[in-house]
Amino acid sequence: MKANCWYGKEDVRVMDVPDPKILNPRDAIVKITSSAICGSDLHLYDGYIPSMMAGDILGHEFMGEVVETGSFVRNLKVGDRVVVPFTIACGSCFSCERQLWSLCENSNPNAWMAEKLWGHSPSGLFGYSHLVGGYAGGQAQYARVPFADVGPLKIPDGLEDEQVLFLSDILPTGYMAAEQCNIQPGDTVAVWGCGPVGLFAIQSAYLLGAERVIGIDRVPERLRLAREKLNAITIDYEEANVYDSLMDLTAGRGPDSCIDAVGMEAHMPGLLYAYDRVKQALMMETGRPIALREAIMACRNGGTVSIPGVYGGLLDKMPIGAVMNRSLTIRTGQTHMHRYMRPLLERIQKGEIDPTFLITHRLPLEEAPNAYRTFRDKQDECIKVVLKPHGGASLNGNGYRNGASGNGSGH
Amino acid sequence: MAAQQLARGLGWFSIGLGAAELFAPKKMSKLIGLSNHATLIRMMGMREIAAGIGVLTEETPAKSMTARVGGDALDLALLGAGLISSKNQRGRVLAATAAVAGVTALDIFCRLQLNGSSQESTTINTVQSVAVNRSPEECYQFWRDLANLPRFMQHVQSVQVVDGRRSHWVVNGPGGSTVEWDAEITDDIPNEAIAWRSLEGADVNNSGWVRFQHGPAGHGTFVKAHIDYEPPAGKAGALIAKAIGKEPGQLVKGDLRRFKHIIETGEIPTTEGQSSGPRTAVGRLAEAFDRA
Repeated sequence: MKANCWYGKEDVRVMDVPDPKILNPRDAIVKITSSAICGSDLHLYDGYIPSMMAGDILGHEFMGEVVETGSFVRNLKVGDRVVVPFTIACGSCFSCERQLWSLCENSNPNAWMAEKLWGHSPSGLFGYSHLVGGYAGGQAQYARVPFADVGPLKIPDGLEDEQVLFLSDILPTGYMAAEQCNIQPGDTVAVWGCGPVGLFAIQSAYLLGAERVIGIDRVPERLRLAREKLNAITIDYEEANVYDSLMDLTAGRGPDSCIDAVGMEAHMPGLLYAYDRVKQALMMETGRPIALREAIMACRNGGTVSIPGVYGGLLDKMPIGAVMNRSLTIRTGQTHMHRYMRPLLERIQKGEIDPTFLITHRLPLEEAPNAYRTFRDKQDECIKVVLKPHGGASLNGNGYRNGASGNGSGH
Repeated sequence: MAAQQLARGLGWFSIGLGAAELFAPKKMSKLIGLSNHATLIRMMGMREIAAGIGVLTEETPAKSMTARVGGDALDLALLGAGLISSKNQRGRVLAATAAVAGVTALDIFCRLQLNGSSQESTTINTVQSVAVNRSPEECYQFWRDLANLPRFMQHVQSVQVVDGRRSHWVVNGPGGSTVEWDAEITDDIPNEAIAWRSLEGADVNNSGWVRFQHGPAGHGTFVKAHIDYEPPAGKAGALIAKAIGKEPGQLVKGDLRRFKHIIETGEIPTTEGQSSGPRTAVGRLAEAFDRA
């Protein structure tokens, strides 16, 4: 089969690789009909996540059709259409019983590695380094799905791939980011980053009853989408001082909740950015927590800072004094996928959420290397790339749009 | 243990000093009064860091402490040469020499102490625990059926139950060899604990116990295992000791983790045999290391 493999910093290649096999009785093999590139894949692309190995198959947002099941998988049958959650969970350990699915104690075969870096191990993830299991990912024509009796969500007829694909990660991730804010009537929620997770966080914050949601970014088309499609107030951080703008909007009190949907590779104008960039390049910190620092400083007294953005290891100059003295709550984690997939599917079926609005690029799998670059560099107004590993059969008439063609018309 | 702690302290000292020498060789050169020997100082820094990492990462850091003492001798020789040359500031070089001599004394002391402690006993023992989301009864019953043990004990090839108390073990040894022994259960408290020891004539004398204790409400069972190995004298024994003793804690911890995986989910998570793009030579090496 064909698969998009990691070979180093800014080096991903579509290669011919062996088809996946059932390795455990609770595995299934899925023929992938749609697969997306996630913003967090860019941290791998840029070489900031340790323990990647040349040849690793990337991708953790995918869906498709069950083609084979292990002997213990009874709830799925060949031909079922499923969305696969990016976190792998057994369903029977201490964490899974508490709905903390991304902390499954039985799905990371390399738990000892994660324990060295993080003290304890989270669950295994698809295509996201050997620290979290080294599982082959879903930017491929087929994938092996462990604990297939627990994770994959069956999709009823009548829904297009694109309507449900993002249940694999970014929609639940944006939703959990907003849910963690414990939004009350009248609340103002500020969201750093208007990429796909940030946009879904904005949408979810409104769904959960926020009075006002503020989106912060610098990419014009993303700010436009947040403003026009989702009704957010927007701040372009290259045009305006974020802290001052937020204080202006909240009479100096600060947003009730702040969401960092940026993570470890934040940008900002000025010296502090250069400082973090240099330290990160020298491996003296593994992330540039610029958005996170700003979110903490801006958040109102007693408010909540929710972090769906990915961080890998150590950060520098965290304003923990602000967190302590101002009674802030920090909530974060890889998304506890299995908690959210079914309720969000229901919202999609009811028409409360249409997640397709952020797709800008539909490409064959072979285009993945170009698509990574286009997405990373935010060229061609790229917001979300959907890859079609077996051709575009289930596309709803939009056809492919080549990332290199640069027609810039948006979706 | 005091010697181990001292060794750790000296290990960190090595890394700190080494980093200073490696990244600021000119400043270091000036500090100790040697004129313009940046390259030499950088090399000393690299040696210093290597020794420090060795001391910190080895379970018994005696070998790396020997390396440290050797390195001290080298530094002293260089400083001695520095004293003779007129280009250098003699006062500073003298002070540096005195400092290195002090550290050397400490290194030698530490090395001798480690020597003492490593001769005390050849027994390898380790205690590890894991929390299992099942009742003590289920955990006990699974473990007490000794034929289950090879399913989660990585190095155990087979356990043949001879009678209610005795069993025959075949275990993978170093270099594709196997070691065997008969064992008997010495204590058996249903749903609580099992203790065993190898019988006379074992290739490797060993004994251990495992305890299954109710955790606090909602926390399942705390499983704690204590295992002692006493490798035989001679070269074969040393090899076995090396194979088992490299990371005895990790080995037993891994076994307990696999016990948890099997009893909670019926399988052990793995990626062995999955697809990937062609691995590069370095990648394959790293993979082999992971699996070892």
